Amino acid sequence: MSNWQKVCRSADVVPGTGVCALVAGKQVAIFRTLKDKTLYALDNYDPIGKANILSRGIQGSIGDALVVASPLYKQHFELATGKCLEEDISVPVYAVREVDGQVEVAA
Amino acid sequence: MSKQRIVVVGNGMVGHKFIDNVVTSEHADNYQVITFSEEPRLAYDRVQLSKYFSGSTAEDLALTTEGYYQDNKVQYVLKDKVVDLDFDNKEVITASGRREAYDKLVLATGSYPFVPPIPGNDQPHCLVYRTIEDLEAITSSASQSKVGVVVGGGLLGLEAANALKQAGLETHVVEFAPRLMAVQLDEGGGKLLRHKIENLGVKVHTQKATTEIVAGEECRYRMNFADGSFLETDMILFSAGIRPQDELARKCGLELGQRGGIVINNQCQTSKKDVYAIGECALWDNKIYGLVAPGYHMAKVAFSQIQGGTEEFTGADMSTKLKLLGVDVASVGDAHGNTPGSKSYTYSNDVDEVYKRIIVSGDNTRLLGAVLVGDAEAYGTLQQLCVNEMDLPEDPNALILPSVDGAGAVMGVDALPDSAQICSCMDVSKGAICCAVQDGAHTIGDIKNVTKASTACGGCAALVKQVMDSELTKLGVEVKNDICEHFAYSRKELADIVRVKKIKTFEALLESHGSGHGCDICKPAVGSILASFWNDYILEDAHMGLQDTNDLYLGNLQKDGTYSVVPRVAGGEITPDKLIVLGQVAKEFNLYTKITGGQRVDLFGAQLNDLPVIWRKLVDAGFETGHAYGKSVRTVKSCVGSTWCRYGVDDSVGLAIDIENRYKGLRSPHKLKFAVSGCTRECAEAQCKDVGIIATEKGWNLYVCGNGGMRPRHADLFATDLDTDTLIKYVDRFLMFYIRTADRLQRTSVWLENLEGGLDYLKKVIIQDSLGLGAELEAEMAHNIGNYQCEWKTTIENPEKLKRFSHFINDSARDDNLVYVVEREQIRPATDEERIPSVELEEEPALA
Repeated sequence: MSNWQKVCRSADVVPGTGVCALVAGKQVAIFRTLKDKTLYALDNYDPIGKANILSRGIQGSIGDALVVASPLYKQHFELATGKCLEEDISVPVYAVREVDGQVEVAA
Repeated sequence: MSKQRIVVVGNGMVGHKFIDNVVTSEHADNYQVITFSEEPRLAYDRVQLSKYFSGSTAEDLALTTEGYYQDNKVQYVLKDKVVDLDFDNKEVITASGRREAYDKLVLATGSYPFVPPIPGNDQPHCLVYRTIEDLEAITSSASQSKVGVVVGGGLLGLEAANALKQAGLETHVVEFAPRLMAVQLDEGGGKLLRHKIENLGVKVHTQKATTEIVAGEECRYRMNFADGSFLETDMILFSAGIRPQDELARKCGLELGQRGGIVINNQCQTSKKDVYAIGECALWDNKIYGLVAPGYHMAKVAFSQIQGGTEEFTGADMSTKLKLLGVDVASVGDAHGNTPGSKSYTYSNDVDEVYKRIIVSGDNTRLLGAVLVGDAEAYGTLQQLCVNEMDLPEDPNALILPSVDGAGAVMGVDALPDSAQICSCMDVSKGAICCAVQDGAHTIGDIKNVTKASTACGGCAALVKQVMDSELTKLGVEVKNDICEHFAYSRKELADIVRVKKIKTFEALLESHGSGHGCDICKPAVGSILASFWNDYILEDAHMGLQDTNDLYLGNLQKDGTYSVVPRVAGGEITPDKLIVLGQVAKEFNLYTKITGGQRVDLFGAQLNDLPVIWRKLVDAGFETGHAYGKSVRTVKSCVGSTWCRYGVDDSVGLAIDIENRYKGLRSPHKLKFAVSGCTRECAEAQCKDVGIIATEKGWNLYVCGNGGMRPRHADLFATDLDTDTLIKYVDRFLMFYIRTADRLQRTSVWLENLEGGLDYLKKVIIQDSLGLGAELEAEMAHNIGNYQCEWKTTIENPEKLKRFSHFINDSARDDNLVYVVEREQIRPATDEERIPSVELEEEPALA
């Protein structure tokens, strides 16, 4: 995991929302949780709705799992694993971190 | 086995009910049904006929369709009257000479309106009130008349008077008896009803016998009365009762009653083998039943007998509850106290204009009858006590006296037997409702769908709810309405918490009243509640994460991840210059362009990063966001109204624009659509909207809680003849009350269906301000209106917010997943198959 890439300022990812970044040709959805302000990164492509829109979904929790709901057809994807709760399908997850007020992604 | 052939003569409500019983039975395949109708259309709802004047069409009133009959292999012949019966060959013969054989014959020929034998009763503009054709004739006559008289002050007569009044005529009712509704009401009830109706501007003349109708001086006609007085009028509606339509039976020698009516026994059989009679043409025990419920019961009995069943007709309860000219009236059982030895209790209140009287047996143990005028809430309880011969409470006074603590004397539904008929129109028993609850129907909407209870006149709604609630409690079902796992509250409760505790953010609410992190159910709901009460800019950092993608990006997400752009075009009125701007923007950004059903222009296929540029151009040209994305007020559709239309009676465009500007941006549990029509022709289709307004000669008529879409519902007439200020006041209150109390994503139509007390309760809250909330609701609306901002204008002026509209936070590249195909000269998203050859060919430079 050496290919960290700076993508935006920390402030650009408002808690409880997501943004999309282009990292090594991949569309990566980056989220910050509302309560503990942790960052997560998933692929931006929703394999069910077949569009690049996951970064625009609403975050939340189902039981203990932190999830994002796809804005298209509302399936939930786990932020930590990319696993879809309703269908037997997953999206890739990526490493993300904060360094000196900047968000970095390894994809 | 060959099919039995059933011929049904007459396709009115009862004839249709019989056919419906056949085709929905499990043995439907054993029967071939053919029906004849003298009228040019299949069965329609005669009970609701007067709605034809408030904008319902023949289609709205229809009880069935030709398609339904075709699908169920029911043969039907319209506009061909059966004129003869050949019992020997078992055939019916029609006016056109058609002969059809039958195995079983069902006569459902109904009744005709009685026209008293008054000289001059056959002139033009002397009409009856029975069929849709009659109503068309009345409409046409009313348009050429200023004054109208209804002869007959019974149920139908008062309905007819209502129709004339709605048509804007000076309306009179002339009644031979000393009081109105003499059959159903006693003296006290009739007196109060008269007083109330006179207050509505209808003039009532009782104890008048018309001797002749001659030419008038001021008006078209003059009616001379036996007492020497007279009345001038332009048109006359006869509504002096019905007579059984027994002409065919008489001609063919069936046994008739002394005063007409086809004699039937408990099996609904006539004097001829295999011939049945049902409904208003049938005479049972020397009685003609002029209500639809007994007719429906006869239809059921006749089919049971034809199938070899044992069901019998043994009389019917004649209790009725209705609203006449807006006045609640109900009559139960022996309303006149004719039973020997009976006693009565009367409650009469001149201040609130309420009259109630109950008649009980001499020993005070049984309820025999009741009359209610002005407040018919006790109807359900009284009717059940009477029909089921249940024990009376120790002090029968409690049944009609207003309770001081507001609890009301409600009879426990647990006391009712399972066989008790709760909905007499649709013949639904308490047992059937309990079964539906046990099978999972846990809302009033579900109960209506499954059992059909309360779907006709609705008089039993409160009782149905009580039965449902009681059964739910018995099943140990806690009626939980939690919005999701993060909040143990309903949307209404959350709204109250937010409002009372003045909570301004989701985080604060989650902290104080919730658990977990929230989700895509509670976040948008709370976002909507916060926006409804405080109306902050919804893209504040604290609110951003709550918004569904449509609100977050201020556009409507389409299937490929692009958005549609819909600027507000209030009332559908737009200048050529603005139209040109829309065209230019669409062309520049290659957007698919379509006119919406709400009279606006929808531009599709806008990519996230183009949205701010597009909106900058639109805002500069004077456009605002159309809120086409949110659960909020969408459009106010209008016709051109009196400005251009030959028939328009008021300025529907002006009102539509005012209303759209007033409520624009209002966040609500579900999207809201309005419309304003300039006359009763209703070109704006206001009656399928959440709020519909129709201009009349005397002001605005307000309709509420309609919707189109998946489960269409006609709006209910809420108030009539309003001036604009009162109209706005009611709409303000109505919208805020809905926003406060509805469930998440609950449309106004479903909200109303589930509202305890229904439309009457809503009227009390909004019009009579029974909860004392009026001023508060109006103030909340005023606050909302004062805080309005065009979200797009605010957004394009804020560089921080604009950052979020690039597809990538770190790159200006566009989404490479979007593929379009040109169809009918515009783009549309490519299908999966069309996407596969994704190699783009670049045009090669031509060789020099």
